[in-house]
Amino acid sequence: MKIKETAVVLWQEKLAEGIYSLTLETSIVDYAIPGQFISIFSNDGSKLLPRPISICEINKEYGTLRVVYRVAGAGTEEFSKLKSGDKIEVMGPLGNGFPLEGKNAIVVGGGIGVPPMLELAKQLKGNVTAVMGYRNDDLFLAEEFQKVVNHLYIATDDGSVGVHGTVVDAMREKDLVADVIYACGPKPMLRAVADFALENQIKCYVSMEERMACGVGACLGCVCQSKEVDDHSHVNNKRVCKDGPVFLSTEVVL
Amino acid sequence: MKTSVTIAGVEFQNPIMEASGTFGSGMEYSEFVDLNKLGAVVTKGVANVPWPGNPTPRICEVSSGMLNAIGLQNPGVEVFCERDLKFLEQFKKAKVVVNVCGHSAEEYIEVVERLANEPRVDMLEINISCPNVKEGGIAFGQDPKAVEAITRQVKAHAKQPIVMKLSPNVTDIKVMAKAAEAGGADAISLINTLTGMKIDVERQNFVLANKTGGMSGPAVHPIAVRMVYECANAVSVPIIGMGGITTWQDAIEMMLAGATAVSVGTANFFNPTATLDILSGIEDYMVRKNIEDINSIVGIVK
Repeated sequence: MKIKETAVVLWQEKLAEGIYSLTLETSIVDYAIPGQFISIFSNDGSKLLPRPISICEINKEYGTLRVVYRVAGAGTEEFSKLKSGDKIEVMGPLGNGFPLEGKNAIVVGGGIGVPPMLELAKQLKGNVTAVMGYRNDDLFLAEEFQKVVNHLYIATDDGSVGVHGTVVDAMREKDLVADVIYACGPKPMLRAVADFALENQIKCYVSMEERMACGVGACLGCVCQSKEVDDHSHVNNKRVCKDGPVFLSTEVVL
Repeated sequence: MKTSVTIAGVEFQNPIMEASGTFGSGMEYSEFVDLNKLGAVVTKGVANVPWPGNPTPRICEVSSGMLNAIGLQNPGVEVFCERDLKFLEQFKKAKVVVNVCGHSAEEYIEVVERLANEPRVDMLEINISCPNVKEGGIAFGQDPKAVEAITRQVKAHAKQPIVMKLSPNVTDIKVMAKAAEAGGADAISLINTLTGMKIDVERQNFVLANKTGGMSGPAVHPIAVRMVYECANAVSVPIIGMGGITTWQDAIEMMLAGATAVSVGTANFFNPTATLDILSGIEDYMVRKNIEDINSIVGIVK
C-alpha cells in the first residue's frame, strides 16, 4: 500500500558534515519494512521530482519514520532546513525492501548507504555483524549500530578509525563468515562485497541507487542492468524503484 | 453537464487522458487513480519487438521541468497485448489509446497490424519523434514529407483511428500538422517533449548518458499552448493537447486554445492523482461558468 500525504517534521538534527537525520510523522510507517525508501517532495514548485531517500528507522508505536540523508543538491539542502512542525509531501513506502533471512548476517553500509542498514539490523532475528565504511572519523549512526548488533567493525578511507581501507578490507581482515550479507553503498563497494560473497559462497543482497522520476515503476527512468531478462520490458533492465532497490547480487550487473 | 468529447468517432467520457510514457499502461498508477474515471489511458510507446532503451542516467531535473532520455524501453507488442491490454480489460469506461513507435515504416505497420484485431484498442497514437533509421536518423516528425508519408502508410494498415503525435522540435509546427492531415490523420496530438541538455558543472560532463533528453513539465506549457493554438487554426482535424499540464487551469487553457482533449504527463510524477484533480477542477469551472457542454469552449479564444 503506497501513500502520498503531507508529513509533519518531528525533529531534525545534523549528524555529521552534510548528513542530516529527519524524523517524520507519517502513516507510511504502518506499511514500511527495512530497505524500502520514501519519496520526499520539495516545497519549492520549481523542483518537481521527488528525492528518493532510504528509510533508516521505522517506529510503528510512535507512528514515525526516520530518514538519514546527505545534502547532495538544492533539494536536500532545502530538506536540511526543515524544523519541527514543518510540513513536507512524502510518498511511500516504495520499493521491495530486504528479506529477513539467516542465522548469521552481515550488514554492510558505505557512506550514505549506512542509514538503511540500521532498521534492518534491528529487525534481523539472528546474530548480526555490522561493517560500516566512512570517509573519516565522522562516524554517523555508529553508536546506534553498537546498541543493536552483536559485532560492529568500522573501516575508514583515511584510516582515522578502525580498518584503514574499505568495508571489504575489514571483512577480509576480520575473517567474517555468515550465511547472508546485506549491502548498501556506492557501486564499487557493492561490486566488491558481491565478489567477497561469491568467493565465500554467501548469499548477498545489494540495495541499488539510480536517478528516479516517478518512483513507482511507470517511467522506466531508474533501471539497472539485470543478468536475466526482466519481467516488465523483457530486456535486461530491472526497475530500481519497483523491482528493487534490493536485488540479489547475482541478479544484477554491478 | 456534458464532459464527454468525441475524436474521430471515439467517444471519451471526459477530455482527460495521461500522456504516453508517464503512466505505463496504468498498472503502477492504478493504486492511486481509478482508471475508469479517465477519458482514456494512453499507453507507453509500443514497438514491434522489445526495445532496451538508453543507458542511465535517463532522468534529470531542470527548473520547473525535467529531461528524460528513456529511449522508449518497452516489451514489444506481443507482451503488450497479452499483459497490458488484458490488464486494461477491467477498466471498460476508459478508452485505450496505444502509442506506437518504430524506426521505419515497416516497424510501425507491424505494430499497427498486430493491434488491428484487439478489441480493447480504441485509438492509435503514432509517435513520430523516433529516429527514421533509413533517413540517417532524423526524426520522422521533423520533415513534412516524412510526416505525410508515414501517416499515409500507417493509415492504410490501421483499423483504429490514428492520432499523429507531433514533435515540437521544428521551425513551424503548422507545416507538420498540415502534412499529417494531408496524409490522412484522424487527429493530431502535441506537443511531444522539447529536446534539451543539462551539463553538470562540477563533473564537467553531461548529466544524461544520452547527452540530450526530452524536456517536459510546467516550464514547457506556454510553448505547448502556442503550438496547439497555431495548429488549431491551421487544420480541421481534432487536437489532443499536452505539454506541462499540471493544474485544471492549464487544461482549460489548452482547450480554449483549440484542444478537444488533453493529456497530463510529468505532473503524474509529483502528483499521482493529477489527472483526477484536474478533472474535478474542470467540473467545478463548468459549474461556476455555467458551461453545459465542455465542447463549447474548444478553440473559442481566437
